Amino acid sequence: MKKQNEKIFTLFALIMLVILVYLAEKHLDAYKLRILNLGAIYVTLGISLNLIYGFTGQFSLGHAGFMAIGAYVTTLLVLPSYYKEMIYILEPLAWPFTVIHAPFIIALFLSGLFAAFAALIIGLPVLRLKGDYLGIATLGFAEIIRIIANNLPNITNGALGIKGIPEFTNLWWSVGVAVVTIYIIKGLIDSSYGRALMAIRENEIAAEVIGINLTYHKVMSFTISAFFAGVAGGLFACLLTTIDPKAFMFVMTFNILIVVVMGGLGSITGTVLAAFLFNFFLEYLRPIEAGFQIGPVTMPAIPGLRMVTFSVLLLIIILYKQKGLLGGFEFSWEGFFHFFNKLSTNKKSSEGSTK
Amino acid sequence: MSLNLFLQNVANGLSLGSLYALIAIGYTMVYGILRLINFAHGEIFMLAPYFLYFGFLMFHLPWWASIIVAIALTSMTGMLSEKIAYKPLRDAPRISALISAIGVSFFLQNLAIVVFSGIPKSVHRPEFFTRLYKFGGIRIQSTLFASIIVSSIFLTLLLYVIYRTKTGLAMRAISTDIETSRLMAVDVNKAISVTFIIGSALAAVGGILWGLRFPQLFPTMGMIPGLKAFIAAVVGGIGNIPGAMLGGLVLGMTEILFVAFLPAISGYRDAFVFLILILILLFKPDGILGKKVQEKV
Repeated sequence: MKKQNEKIFTLFALIMLVILVYLAEKHLDAYKLRILNLGAIYVTLGISLNLIYGFTGQFSLGHAGFMAIGAYVTTLLVLPSYYKEMIYILEPLAWPFTVIHAPFIIALFLSGLFAAFAALIIGLPVLRLKGDYLGIATLGFAEIIRIIANNLPNITNGALGIKGIPEFTNLWWSVGVAVVTIYIIKGLIDSSYGRALMAIRENEIAAEVIGINLTYHKVMSFTISAFFAGVAGGLFACLLTTIDPKAFMFVMTFNILIVVVMGGLGSITGTVLAAFLFNFFLEYLRPIEAGFQIGPVTMPAIPGLRMVTFSVLLLIIILYKQKGLLGGFEFSWEGFFHFFNKLSTNKKSSEGSTK
Repeated sequence: MSLNLFLQNVANGLSLGSLYALIAIGYTMVYGILRLINFAHGEIFMLAPYFLYFGFLMFHLPWWASIIVAIALTSMTGMLSEKIAYKPLRDAPRISALISAIGVSFFLQNLAIVVFSGIPKSVHRPEFFTRLYKFGGIRIQSTLFASIIVSSIFLTLLLYVIYRTKTGLAMRAISTDIETSRLMAVDVNKAISVTFIIGSALAAVGGILWGLRFPQLFPTMGMIPGLKAFIAAVVGGIGNIPGAMLGGLVLGMTEILFVAFLPAISGYRDAFVFLILILILLFKPDGILGKKVQEKV
């Protein structure tokens, strides 16, 4: 397969995606659109976590914190100023935040930058830690960010949170950001930097011995990962239209971690699949707890049953598919056509045998 | 701050710290043996006071019997969770077991919402648990004594089991090298089950004392104490049982004294706890009592 051909196929697939997004935006109802939007945001989050954990092998549990930074930066930049005066009940909004305003795209970009900056400050000291210790330290930082958000009522409105954020996020934004994320991170992984990151994942000491600068590569991977988590946080805020510090507890990080591990560590294709499946399951299990009828038996509405079913499904998947749904499989055009060629030759040969 | 107030705070710190210590032991024992952060441990902790509540109010058991039943049921849940969700993953990548633990945590939490309902329940406390004692200027509730005394008894018992019995020897052997212990005819599965039973029973004792001290039950009540106890285990040196006890006491004391000395920024209490955790990880990654592990090339 020539490189030229692959580019054409990719372009074709992108055009298909644009048409699909257009059709979805036009014909689907708000509920279905929200699930798809969430799925796309989880793709961005999952892939950014996959960069630091799946590809670099650094166990980071700080994503909820970076999301929180992104969500608050975007919110403060896109909220109309008359509205800002209205909702800050506990304490009036501090000065620079009352006047600053930016269009959505700039707000998203700045969200990413702020999250990346936080990651840089956090990453420089803690990325020396290894394994579970790194996970705990980053989890601690994420919780610190959340607690700070809880305690700054003149910026974040404290525990009350911010409501009525303009609903800018639609499929164009969420899918667009997801595609850009995939493009950039795929490009990074296929570059020499990516090789270095994977070398660090496989064996840190060996990587250092062959001359890879551990700190530089780890911090870079961590910062880029946080950038996309921040952008996703901004999208998240403008999708739900309401945020408060509780939304960014460590359970949020667990959700992203589940998506990444379910899809298969180090597989972008798997993450995309798992991100959508995760959100579909979470939403379409809702009827279970709303109460339903099977023949003569009426199930009463039981709150909580949806998450019980969900966690059982999660356990079953992890017990039977220990390496995730796709287990490291990665989509490529070459493999795609190889698969179809094999299918058609199989068909021919079986036709031949029946004759 | 007057001396009396200070002593009052120290007493409160000790009692909170001993509760953290009880929960932290479960984390540290499981981590020592399976290298698994058992995120479901906080939920195990939450179940115990619920079992107590239902034993006491629905089945009208005397309070001491409901405590025994609650501890037994909680240990059973802990053991079953290992058999179902962790045992099949013993040879799988470690992250799979971690996800499984998160799954168990979600499951128990939501099962509690289904079975016990999400509405907070208030605990009925036997009369002598609410009695107040006065020492000079300090007023101490009897739950505070109870938590310190009960945890000291159980912790001594635990140290005896770990360092003086055959099962304890097996557990220590497994935490050093699981493969070799298997070759030495140590019954690994049994020892791991015992680990989970002991860890869950201690978490149950902690949960019951917690319920008596902060008498309100809700299905997510295990999350934050669970996380804090885990931090205590790390601070003390994860995998190290005396370390977990020390870590719990340090953490409880820090929390109470932080609020006592700096009431103006008391909202940042948990942030301070995490900051200490990170500083300890950075400067002494193996915790206060942890052993330094040399990396082999």
